Amino acid sequence: MEQTPKTIALVGNPNTGKSTVFNALTGLRQKIANYPGITVERKVGTSIIGGVLHQVIDLPGAYSLNYKKLDERIAYQALIGSYEHEEKPDLVLAIVDVTNLDRNLFLVSQLLDLKIPVILVLNMMDVAEQKQITINENLLSDNLGVPVISVSAKQKEDIERLKNFIATEELKAPQPLAWLESFQIRRALGKVKKEWIQPCTNIPEAAHDTEALRLISEGNFDEVFYKYQDKEKGLSVIKQAREILEQAGENPMAAEVLQRYDFIDRCTKDATQQTTDSSLSLTDKIDSVVTHKVFGPIIFASVLLLMFQAIFSWATPFMDFIDLIFVETGNWVANTMAPGILNDLLVEGVLAGLGGVVIFLPQIIFLFFFIYILEGTGYMARAAFVMDGFMTKVGLHGRSVVPLMSGFACAIPGIMATRTIENWRDRIITIMVLPFMACSARLPVYALLIAAFIPSTTVLGIFTYQGITFFALYIFGIVMALVAAAVMKRFFPSGQQTPFIMELPAYKMPKWDVVFRNVADRGWIFVKEAGKIIVAISIVLWFLASFPNVDEQEYAQNAYDGETIESYQLRHSFAGKFGQIIEPTIEPLGFDWKIGIGLITSFAAREVMVGTLNTIYSIEGDDEDIVTLKEKLINDTDPETGKPIYSVATALSLMIFFALAMQCMSTIAIVRRETNSWKWPTAMFVYMSALAYVCSLITFQIGSNL
Amino acid sequence: MSTKLSNITKPGKFQIKSIAGAETTRLMEMGILPGSTLEMVRKAPTGFPVEIKVRSSLYTLRKSEADCIELEV
Repeated sequence: MEQTPKTIALVGNPNTGKSTVFNALTGLRQKIANYPGITVERKVGTSIIGGVLHQVIDLPGAYSLNYKKLDERIAYQALIGSYEHEEKPDLVLAIVDVTNLDRNLFLVSQLLDLKIPVILVLNMMDVAEQKQITINENLLSDNLGVPVISVSAKQKEDIERLKNFIATEELKAPQPLAWLESFQIRRALGKVKKEWIQPCTNIPEAAHDTEALRLISEGNFDEVFYKYQDKEKGLSVIKQAREILEQAGENPMAAEVLQRYDFIDRCTKDATQQTTDSSLSLTDKIDSVVTHKVFGPIIFASVLLLMFQAIFSWATPFMDFIDLIFVETGNWVANTMAPGILNDLLVEGVLAGLGGVVIFLPQIIFLFFFIYILEGTGYMARAAFVMDGFMTKVGLHGRSVVPLMSGFACAIPGIMATRTIENWRDRIITIMVLPFMACSARLPVYALLIAAFIPSTTVLGIFTYQGITFFALYIFGIVMALVAAAVMKRFFPSGQQTPFIMELPAYKMPKWDVVFRNVADRGWIFVKEAGKIIVAISIVLWFLASFPNVDEQEYAQNAYDGETIESYQLRHSFAGKFGQIIEPTIEPLGFDWKIGIGLITSFAAREVMVGTLNTIYSIEGDDEDIVTLKEKLINDTDPETGKPIYSVATALSLMIFFALAMQCMSTIAIVRRETNSWKWPTAMFVYMSALAYVCSLITFQIGSNL
Repeated sequence: MSTKLSNITKPGKFQIKSIAGAETTRLMEMGILPGSTLEMVRKAPTGFPVEIKVRSSLYTLRKSEADCIELEV
């Protein structure tokens, strides 16, 4: 007989060791995915407790059910059973950090109102012992009205003890509103329940108290509220309820919170003992250095430099190795299988696409290894504190710095790294401007064009125009990212006001098993979810560049002098034709059909532009032979006028285009995955490409008329 | 005498007199209550955010939040 698994939800403040408890309970039996349509992660797993299979959900960390952030809203709605993508739990494990028990119990006091059985799990008892905090569990349990157990989630035997506790404890929902003493709040609460929530909303009955209290303390409401038909009536009822409190001299935003903290005081007064320790903790000592006015930014810059080194240099041998494996496999398949379409599809479409996915893994793994260590130790929040003042000036967040800087290596890991930014709006803006950072795939294109068209004349003694152009392109990318962010901040719907208050967790050693597992998860999610889009697009691109097929006879009759069959094939493919069709559109930018084809094929990855031009110019042999290609570009002339096709203005225009345009299918794929919708990648593609077009147009028109 | 947290420039311990403004609820939910002890630990290199310690936890507040907290001086 199959047993319906009981659902257990883990709820708690951020940084309480909730994830450690989750990992310990579920082991490897867990699944991580996003909730549909949003960027909040859903972590669910199974655990055998008392011989019965249970489903365990690790709900997003929350300070309060009176939600201020999207992930808190998910936690709240999941708990009251009104979130369609999550099951209503049968049992709540409230995980609390005993080193700040009062604040942790605030959320617990809200959980007690929900008519769900709650077990209070006092975590971090090891730290508490060091800090000489002692807690009388029985007394605390009596006072709060729920079972209480102390654990240290890192200890295996503690987790076994917790499982036994869950299996044997009699589970019943605690008495709601045990904290509530104020008559005025009770009146206001009753009014909102009776006149608004019961008749006009579909909120589950068990959550009526919580919802009413939330509405009373909340000054402005989110879209959930405004979806109700009689919202006008709701607003007026809530206003009256707030007036009840105001007339009694109470602040509706504060009254409930104060009552809950009074209750918490009553519950903990006899049950806990804490010797006040005024000596500086290790955290205080480390902080006095790493958040120092002078040393702080220096330390942060050094950390960034180390990460750069890792994703630029250390990842390269692995990337070369992956490249080699895919090239060799491709050659092997090409030579082993019978030649034909299927062979080409496998080698140039599927294998090339897979290779294009796997090649990102070393950078993703290195970057996330660093990020999880920095997050795990607690340093990341300090870095955000140090940088926040600089970044808010352009509409970003202190936590935007690491993702943006990673963008210099590659936008893919950078965009994945934005999940360390809690605030949704800051995160989206960071994602949307991140591809302006000059990623390493642009380097070969810049190198080719600069070598061909920018004079190597020395200026100011030590610089050359070539070096300055390179530098200018990098600065241009950064400036455009910051300008775009500042503009988006103005036009962006800010939605509900999100608090910026950020907790700086105490420093601790990262848990290595968690670091490695998280890194592996990130890599796997990329391969699985972005990978399928990348492979699909790369097959489409292969098809466009390979069909319709030309035969040798046709080639022998019609080819230019010295044109290879590959060049002829590409010129007559769909991509080639498309490049020629768009020629009039890109002509004002100084581009001809050859670049047009390159713009299409480089959607696979920007550096493909160089290979495509090699093919078009019928250069045989090594793809990266830019010397030959350089000569060909310089000497290419218009067959009608006999004038050179490419000028400095063309080269500058093309570099500006590459600096700004969204020409990377992998970026599109990862933005789709990270934002969970096609809306953002589409918007990104449109705005970046439009901006690129306009800027290239201006560059070429000014440049060619000088 | 009282002053806003955003006006405090030197580190030190203060008693919170009152909380007001748009961020009242969240600040209080975090245990930053009238009567609680608040330690201003340091300011960021650019002046804000400001780092505070309340009930042995550390937080950083931007100026808009620091404006909501009135301290006894």
